[in-house]
Order: sequence, then structure tokens, then C-alpha cells
Amino acid sequence: MTNPKSTQRARNEVGTPAPVSSWAVGASFLRLFAVQGSWNYETMIGNGIAFCMKPLLRGLPEERYRAALARQGRYFNAHPYLAGIAVGSLARGELDGEDPVRIDRYRTALCGPLGSVGDQLVWAGWLPLCSLMALTAFALGAGPLVVVCIFLGAYNAGHIALRAWGLRVGLRRGMRVAPALSNPLFRDGPAVLARVSAVLAGLILPLALQRIIGPGRVLAGGVAVVAVVGAVILARFGARATGWRAALALLSIFVLYSVAH
Amino acid sequence: MCKLTLESLLFAILPVSLLGAVAGLDMVSFPQIMLSRPLVSATLAGAFIGRPGAGLLIGAVLELIALETLPFGASRYAEWGSAGVVGGVVMAGQPIGAAGALPVAMFVALATAVFSSRSMVWVRNWNAHQARRLRTELDVGSPTAVDSLQLRGLTMDLIRGFSVTFIALLILFPLSRRIVAIWGVDAVHSRAVVTALAATVAAGAIWTLTHRAARAGWLFVLGLGAGTALLLLQ
Repeated sequence: MTNPKSTQRARNEVGTPAPVSSWAVGASFLRLFAVQGSWNYETMIGNGIAFCMKPLLRGLPEERYRAALARQGRYFNAHPYLAGIAVGSLARGELDGEDPVRIDRYRTALCGPLGSVGDQLVWAGWLPLCSLMALTAFALGAGPLVVVCIFLGAYNAGHIALRAWGLRVGLRRGMRVAPALSNPLFRDGPAVLARVSAVLAGLILPLALQRIIGPGRVLAGGVAVVAVVGAVILARFGARATGWRAALALLSIFVLYSVAH
Repeated sequence: MCKLTLESLLFAILPVSLLGAVAGLDMVSFPQIMLSRPLVSATLAGAFIGRPGAGLLIGAVLELIALETLPFGASRYAEWGSAGVVGGVVMAGQPIGAAGALPVAMFVALATAVFSSRSMVWVRNWNAHQARRLRTELDVGSPTAVDSLQLRGLTMDLIRGFSVTFIALLILFPLSRRIVAIWGVDAVHSRAVVTALAATVAAGAIWTLTHRAARAGWLFVLGLGAGTALLLLQ
């Protein structure tokens, strides 16, 4: 619960730690899901950070409130799921009346780690692993509802927990979140997820291919050989070609052939 | 029996395009709960047409390909939300057992992904233009301007997803029906080609994602052995 007297003091005195109501935290958390709503190549998620921070800063006097929003709406880049750390810690800095120059410097320093840590953990680790888990269920014969529920359930359990943790840690630790980013989850998590993904990928590839091909088991061996050779070529020239565009080009030729045939 | 005819598509296209809009919005803007993954969007689209199994099949194929997509910040990548919906509708809208259904649905989905990927760049540039227009208000910390810019971006992304799905279905669904009708390769070989392409992209993606982790190669081989054994036991 927020004490009205201390809230009033925080509104008036710069440098006094300000409490944050649970309503404001809840509103900020919900806004985090739209943090990339105005993503662009110039300010990236800068405006999204200000948008998410608005409920937390509402208790500030008008002048400080507007100054904080103007500062937080500038260029910022981070992984969207870890943006809560930035929102929480920068809001804490603004509420506590930290020096604006220090906030700006801290803001700039936060971009890199929040981007790279999140990209490795979520986009290159958790997302492919959840895809592979759902594809395993598909390969083993599960129906549409089960496959979709496994994927969305597993993925979002991690996703929502990460967003909530980030906002909480940011608000609690303020502009001292560096130790939180050295959490073993961020340090060792991507490698562990990669190893589990490797096992699952090996397990599902033959089973999933068989389910997609259907009653043509004799072709499965040929498909596997083509896949291995193709994957080696893609890995070798990966920097110059994206696989899905190459697949589209080859598929176009096949469609033309089938129609002409 | 195929439940979707060209005539009924005209009635279904608006709600299906709304599904594409929601899935497209989910990719980046809101709420990123991965409704935009093809495994989900194509299955939902198939369910909407009355054939969730067909949607799941094309969704699984596209998901293997989407393993390659890592939506890192400013990089350009395929937008699978609306593409998955288009693929799911096209797959579910073909006659059951049609030999060309899977390759044509995959072709249509990938072609839509090219267009939707480009449309995301347009929206991002439009967002930057809006931010420049509101610069004066944003620089003085106007809360209304902050909310306005965010809502404009979300709305435009929703419109983008809707338009991509609507236009793609309007053009590609009738075309897909014609192609499937004159398809000249049998079902087994058609599916084998699709599977080989999807497996190639998936294997390349898995290599890229896991090769830096210690013993990942051996773990993959271990999994492959277990998978092959399970296959032989089936």
C-alpha cells in the first residue's frame, strides 16, 4: 500500500525515494506487451519505453514528469522482453530524483547488454526450443490443439515470467541492475538451451519428416540425404543467402515444372 | 470434402484477414505471445476453414523453415503471422488428397512472407515519419504525444497485417486452386520435395543455433539415433 504522505513528499522533494503503487506497476507491466508498438529505425523502442513508464511516473510533479518523459522517449534499443528492466530501473532513477546526466549515461550503457542477452536467451534459445518441443508433439502424432497448446503454453510461461521479473528487478534495484544481468540464467542459459535443442532436433527430424511425407517411406532416406547436403551448403553460404528465400526460389521452379508437366 | 469454395472465400476473407491482422501485429508490436509463429497462425487459419489438421500440416512445414528466423532488432526477416494464415487457408481450402495442395500452400505462404517482410519495413519508416511529425511535442514530454505515437504505430501494424492477408488471399487463393487443378506430379513426390526443402532450411538453422555449444553435434547425433529408432519401431 502507498502512504499518501510519503507520496506527497516524493512529489515535492527531489532526491527523496518515491513509492510506486501496485496499480501503477500493473499498468506498466501491461504496457510492456506493446513496448515495440512504434518501433522505427530512428528511435527504435525509445517511445515505447516512455509509454511503459508513464503510469510509474504519474506521481511526479508536472515539470519533472514531462522532463522525464522527454528524456525517456529518445533513442533506446533492447530486447523487448528485457525492456522491463530498463523501464523499472530508469523509472526508479527518475522517481528518486537522480541527476538527469547520470540517467542519460546509464540509459546509454543499458542498451547493449539488454539487447544481446535477450537475443541469445530468447530468440536464439527459448523460442527455437519451444518450437522443437511442439514439433516433437506433432511428430509423435499429437493433434492440432495439443501441439498449439504445448507451444503457446511453454513459450509464454517463460516469456511472461521474464517480463515480470525484469520490471520487478528494475524497480527494486534502480540504477544498479548489473548484478541481476550476471544471473546464471543469462550466462549459462543459452548454451544449455542449445544443447537441449540439439537433442530434440535430432529426435524430431526423422519423425516429423515421416509424418509430413505420409505414405512414402521409401523416399524418407533420399529426403534426409538432400536435407544434410542442403544444410551444409546453407551453413557454408549462410551469410549470403537466407534459407527461406532459397526455398521459395526452388519451390517456384518445382511449381512451374509440375504445372508444365 | 473441401469446405472452402471460391464463392465462400468472399464471405470468409474478412474474418480470416482479421486473424492475419492479429497474427501480424503479434510478430513485433503487440503482444508477442507468438500467435505469429506459423505453427499457430496456420493451424488457427485451418481451424477457421474447418480443417485444423490441414492447417497444422502446413504450419509444421513452415515452422521448420521459420526456425531460421531470428527477429533481431533492425534486421529484415520474414513476417510469419499473416504468411502462416494465408498458407493455412490455402492448404485447408484445397480438395482433400490433392497432390499439389502442400507445395502450393507452401509456395503461397513463402510468397506472402516476402511481401509481408517488406511491408514491415514500410510501417517502420512510417513510424519514424510520425515520430518526426510529433518531435516538438515529444521533446517537451507531452504524455498525449507519447500515447498517440504508440497507438498510431499499433494501428498501422494492424492495418498492415490485415491488408497483406486480404490482398494475398484475394490474388493467391484463386490462383492456387487453378494450379492445384492442373498439378502434374504425384502426391508422394510432391510432399517429398516440400519436406526436403523444409528439412534443409531447418537443419541449417539448427546448426547455426547450436554449433557453438559444447558437444551439441554429438547430442544431435544422439537424438537422431533415438528418432530413427522410434521411426523403425512404428
